[in-house]
Amino acid sequence: MKPQRDSAILDAGITVASGPILVFSLFLLAAGHNQPGGGFAGGLVAGVAVLLAWAGGGTELVRRIVPLRSSALMGAGLLVATLTALAPLVLGMGFLESGYVEVAVPAIGDVKLVSAVLFDIGVYLLVVGMSLGLVRALGESEPSEGEGST
Amino acid sequence: MSLVTLTVVSILFGAGTFLLLQRSLAKVIIGLGLISHGANLFIMLSSTSSGVAPVLADGVDASAVADPLPQAMVLTAIVITFGVTAFLLALALRSFLLTGSDEVEDDLEDRRIARHEVEHS
Amino acid sequence: MSWLLPVLVAGPLLGAAITLVFGRRLMPQRITTLSIVAGTAAGALALLAHVDGEGMVTAQMGGWPAPLGITLVADRFSAIVLSVSALMLVAVLVYAMAQLGRDAIDWWFHTKYLTLTAGVTLSLLTGDLFNLFVGFEVMLVSSYVLLTVRSTQREIRSTMSYVVINLLASALFLVTIAFTYGISATMNLADLSVRLAEVDPAASRTLSLLMLVVFGIKAALFPLFMWLPDSYPTAPTPVTAIFAGLLTKVGVFVIIRTQTLLFPADEPSGLLLFVAGTTMTVGVLGAIAQNDVKRILSFHIVSQIGYMIMGLGLLSIAGLAAAVLYITHHIIVKTGLFLVAGVVEAEYGSGGLDRTGGLLHRRPVVAALFLPFALSLAGIPPFSGFVAKLALVQEGLALGQGAIVAVSLAVSVLTLFSMTKIWGATFWGEEKEASGRAGRPELATTGVVLALSLAVAATAGPLGELSLRAAADLMDPAVYVSAVLGGS
Repeated sequence: MKPQRDSAILDAGITVASGPILVFSLFLLAAGHNQPGGGFAGGLVAGVAVLLAWAGGGTELVRRIVPLRSSALMGAGLLVATLTALAPLVLGMGFLESGYVEVAVPAIGDVKLVSAVLFDIGVYLLVVGMSLGLVRALGESEPSEGEGST
Repeated sequence: MSLVTLTVVSILFGAGTFLLLQRSLAKVIIGLGLISHGANLFIMLSSTSSGVAPVLADGVDASAVADPLPQAMVLTAIVITFGVTAFLLALALRSFLLTGSDEVEDDLEDRRIARHEVEHS
Repeated sequence: MSWLLPVLVAGPLLGAAITLVFGRRLMPQRITTLSIVAGTAAGALALLAHVDGEGMVTAQMGGWPAPLGITLVADRFSAIVLSVSALMLVAVLVYAMAQLGRDAIDWWFHTKYLTLTAGVTLSLLTGDLFNLFVGFEVMLVSSYVLLTVRSTQREIRSTMSYVVINLLASALFLVTIAFTYGISATMNLADLSVRLAEVDPAASRTLSLLMLVVFGIKAALFPLFMWLPDSYPTAPTPVTAIFAGLLTKVGVFVIIRTQTLLFPADEPSGLLLFVAGTTMTVGVLGAIAQNDVKRILSFHIVSQIGYMIMGLGLLSIAGLAAAVLYITHHIIVKTGLFLVAGVVEAEYGSGGLDRTGGLLHRRPVVAALFLPFALSLAGIPPFSGFVAKLALVQEGLALGQGAIVAVSLAVSVLTLFSMTKIWGATFWGEEKEASGRAGRPELATTGVVLALSLAVAATAGPLGELSLRAAADLMDPAVYVSAVLGGS
């Protein structure tokens, strides 16, 4: 179902805007460790991009941009997050405990890789999957599936 | 500052309760949203200290930072409310598609039993 | 053993992730779900054995020490409730799989069932007030979706009120959390127990009442129970059965945990006993007015909650032990009764008392399943309900609480009356036209639940002693506090 509206300006604006919004969402995801941001905020921003795509081109466009099942995205996200949470147990540490390594990357400098980022990526995928499912379920005239818990 | 926040909290609760008592589902959902916001703001009121962002970096005085725990709790609560509200909206839409109206319906079984009582008395 | 606690919570979530990845392929979903839920049950039983033998187990999340990080705690009480709940989760899952397809349970049923399991384990194991909120929400969001499995108009109407009530209760919970944090600046239940002992008694009493209201909504206490008989009966049988068995009992669990740990007292509480008495009475009277098997049983959930609160209200070791025993018995019997109700619905296409009849001659096995459950619910010897009720009545009399004992006995008689009503209309009477036939797997699963319920009655001695040990821990908050915070 496509929203009942015809505005060239909006359509063009959406096309221009959704790219930078997606990039910004990735920035939020990466910045989350030391600054405001993180998987949830980043995922929501990406969800806004999905919503904009829906407003511009309906569910068909959303399907073309993200050809995945929303449940698969949510599943992958939850899988990454729970595995990251459980991994320290195998190493004899506490549940959800995170470790980090500092890597020197040429041209960027020292980069701190924290295992919590993996957890954040899981959350990001989960939220994007949920937004996608939401747009698909509510965007169609017939809602077909409930969305997941966060 | 606290008094202003408290006033906002009470307004949110009051308006939310009023909307919750309406018959239209959309209003009920908005009302629930307002009440949740009120509750979240209320948690922020309970924080023990306020100040700069609670990031322990160089040059940040540990005694001047805001209490991070209420913020974390509110964030979690917002996430949960977001999910549940989305679900409620989906339900309301489904209900609208099935019945063609936005109103909360009566419980048929209750109605039946109530009628039963009247007939027998 | 402390690694087991997070695994019990995260395991089901991992399973949910896997089922989501599998998408609509049913077979791998079923295998994943069944093995994870069965594994959770096995883990819970192992935990119970360990906790009973060697004392409480705690685990710190993220490696942060106790009052700072989130703690998961297992004591005897939570291990008992967790074990019984997990066993019921397995039984109902098997029943649901037998019904799958016929009751239009969709592919994502498995995912939600697993998140429900995670919510239940988290709520039972957490030692942190805010984390408890999260556990409740995980459990509730799953329950919202499960209630609307079929998305019929009736289901949506009843789910709507269920969601609205619970969302409101969650907002109240948040307000309670804000108050608690404002007073004590901690969320850790053990730390809270220490700090609340030092605050103004008026503030502590306010908190106690707020928590009673918040968890009372979840546990369906009088006068906050109205949502329950309205929403439970419309869902498919496996969903109703697991909700009836578990969800309200998690609420009762939390009431018992918070009231004993945070607001210790050793005299019978008039307020709690009053709430217990009215909950029992109103629930059973509501049941008498109903004409549908599932609705009758739903009102009985409310009534039975009263007995558990009565055990808490006595605020003595024997009283709490009786409550623990009652919860154990009730989770099993209530789940079983709803499974039988599902079988009746499968036979007649409806649980309306006017549309059923003569099942005793057509399917004697169903009658044989129903009768022990019904008698157990009413507290007739030698079934498990009798054991639990006897313990309650004895302790009530010992403490001189004659009024509540009289109410509880009268309610038992009314419960029996209401069970006779189902028996008379469904199993006796003229034979009504049946529309279907319940399958063998459903009957077999119900039989297993029945066997568990009989086992509770048969092992009443050791179980009673176990609940006495659990209750002794509950009555002494210092045990919990020192296990969580260390020797201090």
